[in-house]
Amino acid sequence: MDILPILSTLRRHKITALLVVLEIALTCAIVCNAVFLITQRLERMKMPSGIAEHELVEIEVQGIGKPTAAKARTQEDLALLQQIPGVKSVALVNQVPFTNSSWNSSVKLDPKQKLPTLNATQYFGENVLQTLGTRLVAGRYFNADEYLDFADVVRDEALQKKVTGVIITRGLGEKLWPGQAALGQTFYLGDDPVRVVGVVDKLIRPSLFGGDATAQWSMVFPLRMDTSNAGRYLLRTAPSERHRVIEAAVATLRKADPHRVIIEKKTIDDYRAEFFQDDRAMAGLLAGVCLALLIVTALGIVGLGSFWVAQRRRTIGVRRALGATRRSILRYFQTENFLLATIGILLGMALAYGINLFLMLHYELPRLPAFYFPVGAVALWLIGQIAVLGPAMRAAAVPPVVATRSV
Amino acid sequence: MFGYYLDLALRSLKRNKVLTGLMVLAIAVGIGASMTTLTVMYLLSGDPLPGKSAHLYYPQLDPETGANVRSYPPDMIDYISAHDLWQSGKADRQAMIMLGSIKVQPGRIGQSPFMADTLATTSDFFPMFNVPFRYGGAWNPADEARGARQVVISDVLNQRLFGGANSVGRTIVLNGASVQVVGVLDHWRPRPLFYMLIGAHYAGGDTGGFYARTQDVFLPLPAALDINAGNFSWFTCWGKPDRINLTTAPCESVALWVELDTPAKAAAYGRYLEAYDAQQRALGRFTHPANTRLMSLPQWMAFQNVVPSDVKLQTWLAFGFLLVCLFNTVGLLLAKFLRRSGEIGVRRALGATRGAIFAQCLVEAGVIGLLGGLGGLLLTLLGLWLMRQQPVEYADVVALNVPMFLLTFASSIGAALLAGAFPAARASRVAPALQLKTL
Repeated sequence: MDILPILSTLRRHKITALLVVLEIALTCAIVCNAVFLITQRLERMKMPSGIAEHELVEIEVQGIGKPTAAKARTQEDLALLQQIPGVKSVALVNQVPFTNSSWNSSVKLDPKQKLPTLNATQYFGENVLQTLGTRLVAGRYFNADEYLDFADVVRDEALQKKVTGVIITRGLGEKLWPGQAALGQTFYLGDDPVRVVGVVDKLIRPSLFGGDATAQWSMVFPLRMDTSNAGRYLLRTAPSERHRVIEAAVATLRKADPHRVIIEKKTIDDYRAEFFQDDRAMAGLLAGVCLALLIVTALGIVGLGSFWVAQRRRTIGVRRALGATRRSILRYFQTENFLLATIGILLGMALAYGINLFLMLHYELPRLPAFYFPVGAVALWLIGQIAVLGPAMRAAAVPPVVATRSV
Repeated sequence: MFGYYLDLALRSLKRNKVLTGLMVLAIAVGIGASMTTLTVMYLLSGDPLPGKSAHLYYPQLDPETGANVRSYPPDMIDYISAHDLWQSGKADRQAMIMLGSIKVQPGRIGQSPFMADTLATTSDFFPMFNVPFRYGGAWNPADEARGARQVVISDVLNQRLFGGANSVGRTIVLNGASVQVVGVLDHWRPRPLFYMLIGAHYAGGDTGGFYARTQDVFLPLPAALDINAGNFSWFTCWGKPDRINLTTAPCESVALWVELDTPAKAAAYGRYLEAYDAQQRALGRFTHPANTRLMSLPQWMAFQNVVPSDVKLQTWLAFGFLLVCLFNTVGLLLAKFLRRSGEIGVRRALGATRGAIFAQCLVEAGVIGLLGGLGGLLLTLLGLWLMRQQPVEYADVVALNVPMFLLTFASSIGAALLAGAFPAARASRVAPALQLKTL
């Protein structure tokens, strides 16, 4: 195919050609970045929690009240919940993954340092890890005799010093002591030292206010909660039993104390879906915009192609009369579109890179992976070819006799 | 002349319906997308108290004694400092705010107790923030000071508990205590919840929660601390939290707002705040270096960066989209006008000026813009409906308003004229002689 005649034709329609190029460039840039954003959101929704998500349900009761009798209340509740058929494990905990409500504390490696090393979340509650179903990778879980009552610890300074063991996640260990084993290490909460007695593979924190990079910064302490300071009952059961267990547990809790308020009853799967619903909505919206953009661009190419074909009817007729085949007319318009698309794509790549830099600056996005460029290019070439096919076929259908007629 | 151009434009547009449809659709889609996001942006970033917000200030200081020294003061202050500053009465109005939840025990049979968000505050809160009342009004300072058990409830809670009737004087049971209703709010939906923007700047742009509904239960602070102790939240603690007695706990649990009607008063209050901070350090209650700050409400909102980052991203995206649609329209109009070069040549030869040709082409572009605006309006309504289906806290406030409605049309016609100006200028420069020769 001879490209020179196409270029000389385009030179006569510089501005229109430029507009098509710009449209393709912008579409290419926006779609590349939007698709990247979509994959980021979808990736985020897959964030691992390290817990047996499909087996857990949570019932949140009004966790506050007179501290007196709270311990007895809690023990009775736990015993009753444990008796529900199908319940494998139950715990009263201070916080639950994906609920966006968390207890956090600053962590220091040296008690004398002025600024804390980082901020990590704190899980409390007897049997919390066994119920959550985390995977232990080093050390041990807490022994039953290690647990202290949170209510007592809060009131008694001396007792707080007795909380010396902590279980952390592998991610937190790697952050605090890069390249070293976390087990047996010591860090400080305020001035009080705690020693790592166990390491779990993963345990996500309930809210990601510090960014997704901090998602695994979790600590677990051997503290026993009661209904005066915690209200989240966590129950583990078989996935198919979850809804029955929720209803049974609510009935049990209501019966044990008719005056309490059940604030929430949900599976962890529901919490997870809710936690990431913004991401899902945004991904959907971005996908919609991409689709609309591609359609608008394709329609623009169709419109302009039709115009050019109509405008050059006579030229096409002359070419046909001089011996050009239908195929070569078709090829002509296809090549023209390919040329325009190529320039547009090249410009679009540069623009996509620029937009990506802007997003990296303002939205903490990573760099656009290189494979987006060839994929985006192929997609736009394809769309351009599909869009121009109709007008090009109409051009190919122009009979040679047109050349002999005046307009 | 305009009528004639309009007639010409309609004829020209009718000649190629598919292409006209394409151009109208491109403008409509571009306008629809950008107006939808712009409306959301406008609703979420608007001034919550027009004319008044610049007079409201948020005093901050660092009351902590722990080893960690903050680079900027915490988002709330401790009860003792807040109470001292509040009691000093140095501002035109001042209100302390504490946030929490409270158990509501309905009197009606068949309704079980439930938890409601509560806000404990002082009487200036209502006039300071222009809070509208449907029935009754705020409690008075004297009753507040003696710990009278009174409450102001939201219209939503009033509907739930009393079916929307005038409940002033009635009694409700809150956390076991009988409390008398003195006021019922009218519909009040500040966007965002500007008086409690606590910690929004830590949220990394995920700030939809600050656009939720207001609290349902507004209690006088002394009574609230009496009947609902232990159920109020804090920003952070530098010592062991004592949730039952936050008035002495080493925790930042109070938001203090002051109204200062003139810049001179604001400057004076700033000096007073510094003096108070210095005095407390001299007394040994504070140990950190002086770190006071007095931001106005607009400054505070900017600092908290409360407009969700997703909304900003959507706005950027929509304008990129609009740009593509405009390029599209410019290209199509250019092709369309230049294809009529022969016709234009004849008109020019018959005496039409360049200006006349330009005007004629612009009228045609304007008609496309108007049609695109109509389509854009429908698409905006559709877009806003879609936004309302989104799982976000501000979904219920998303609706088209008059300024946005007008802006839709103005921007659509503006966009079309802009898109039409260049092709029209090109068309008006067509050389008549050359065109007539080729006819």
